Amino acid sequence: MNKPDLTVDLSGLQLSNPVFTASGTFGFGEEYEEYVDLDRLGGVMVKGTTLEPKQGNPTPRIAETPAGMLNAIGLQNPGVDYFIAEILPKIRDYEFRTIVNMSANTIEEYQKLAEKLSKPEGIAALEVNISCPNVKKGGLAFGTEPEMAAGVVEAVTKNTDLPVITKLSPNVTDITEIAKAVEEAGSDIISLINTLVGMKIDIDKQEPILANTIGGLSGPAIRPVAVRMIYQVAQAVDLPIIGMGGIMNSRDAVEFLLAGASAVAIGTANFSNPRVTMEIIDGIEEYLCEHGYDSVQEIVGRAIK
Amino acid sequence: MSKQIEGEILANKQLNESDYRLVLSLPELVDEIKSGQFLHVKCGPGLDPLLRRPISVHQYNQDRGEIVLLYRVFGKGTKQLAKREAGKKLDVMGPLGNGFDLTELENKILVVGGGIGFAPLMALVEKLVELNKEVMVLLGARRKEQLLCTDKLEKLSVGLKVATNDGSAGQKGYVTRLVEQELDKDKYEQVFACGPTPMLKAMQSLVNTKDIEIQVSLEERMGCGTGACLSCVCKVKVENDEGFEYRKACTDGPVFEASEVILDE
Repeated sequence: MNKPDLTVDLSGLQLSNPVFTASGTFGFGEEYEEYVDLDRLGGVMVKGTTLEPKQGNPTPRIAETPAGMLNAIGLQNPGVDYFIAEILPKIRDYEFRTIVNMSANTIEEYQKLAEKLSKPEGIAALEVNISCPNVKKGGLAFGTEPEMAAGVVEAVTKNTDLPVITKLSPNVTDITEIAKAVEEAGSDIISLINTLVGMKIDIDKQEPILANTIGGLSGPAIRPVAVRMIYQVAQAVDLPIIGMGGIMNSRDAVEFLLAGASAVAIGTANFSNPRVTMEIIDGIEEYLCEHGYDSVQEIVGRAIK
Repeated sequence: MSKQIEGEILANKQLNESDYRLVLSLPELVDEIKSGQFLHVKCGPGLDPLLRRPISVHQYNQDRGEIVLLYRVFGKGTKQLAKREAGKKLDVMGPLGNGFDLTELENKILVVGGGIGFAPLMALVEKLVELNKEVMVLLGARRKEQLLCTDKLEKLSVGLKVATNDGSAGQKGYVTRLVEQELDKDKYEQVFACGPTPMLKAMQSLVNTKDIEIQVSLEERMGCGTGACLSCVCKVKVENDEGFEYRKACTDGPVFEASEVILDE
């Protein structure tokens, strides 16, 4: 039997297979070089990048919850110029597609980031983060108001020729409203979900565990929310979706594809099992073989009724 | 080169009410290990807890291909680890972290461990003995039962003094008092320490007063262990507006110069 076709075309963003690593969970890729055959990954969404370097939040930045974790890193990163000068040259020779996740406090900053990131060779797409719950300015606010979300997407799409992925926040009443707004504003792809806003309290000290008080919940605990939102958004817009949120193995990944995602991104699972992305690529292929499909595209949205 | 690998558990023995000694067969990793490094351990079979636990390498034996971990049961992860039986496999990543810097060793060395903080220091002491250094070990614990490895240390050619908070063994009080006494009495140019933050802060003040090089092994809540998630950062002094930058305990540490870190309690 022929091997099924795992290639994916997301509005012009070509991938060898539908498996990405999610931003903030895989560094710049190199960190996992010893565990993973990086060339086999479809794409790497690198750590959230800002115009200026950011120190991030004080510690503790992480807390465990039932089948999940909370983080409040606060976008610690070396800044876009450092990324372009020092990091990109080291990762651009890998076969994976490099997606730069960008975060900003103002529309103008998003615009400047888009301009800067569109010049160098080796960036395949921009992921616009309008949904970080861990920064004071901008952050989540951009992702919860359809007009503001659209404003950011317009500013980015006007200043780049790269495919634009908009990463949506699940911390909204109606996810389809935001999805439609970013579609109209010119986004090429949608990725969802970012973390859910959560909190954990140390009952002995009687105070919040995270120095930032609240953080973003990720891991298998949030998976049903992600599946539901992908299912809804897939029916509300015509854009391809990259689904993420608590995918731990290939069966979870297939669930996201069936819900309407054309590709998936693996986040927190990398911490638990650094080899997980390789297992997921193999597992998706096995699933397609077992069920007699010729390509991964055939199962996208198949569970929608 | 770090790996993710399944090692066979050879023993997982309870030492006192909260501490365990886990022996793993890991011939594939043991040649790479340096004292002060750690393994990132998948403690239980399920997804709760989701994250691995960083556990320092306590001892290693290259001839036998074995690595020993010494750990204290604190929460869900270590509770599950305590239940893992000999003969079964354990999923670990490692070796991780920088380890102690032994490139410029002095001849007289002080090693200070507080509580379970002694865990990464045993492999160091064994290495220093192998290198024929004159080593004094100062060990602190809350009470006698929690003093770790005294029998093993007594068999090595090292000096050993202990302190317990309740006075049930050795000198009553904190181990830092022993450190002060030892430094007043004798000249040490190099110190290695691991223990609770207040102990490390006390050690740090000695850097200023005595002008001694102290390497400390720090502990932080950790996510990935590979330097990707930026959860386990510590403050390191630099000349910028804030006076510090964050460095990763997992890959830049866990061992830092005491003079360079800012320890918040």
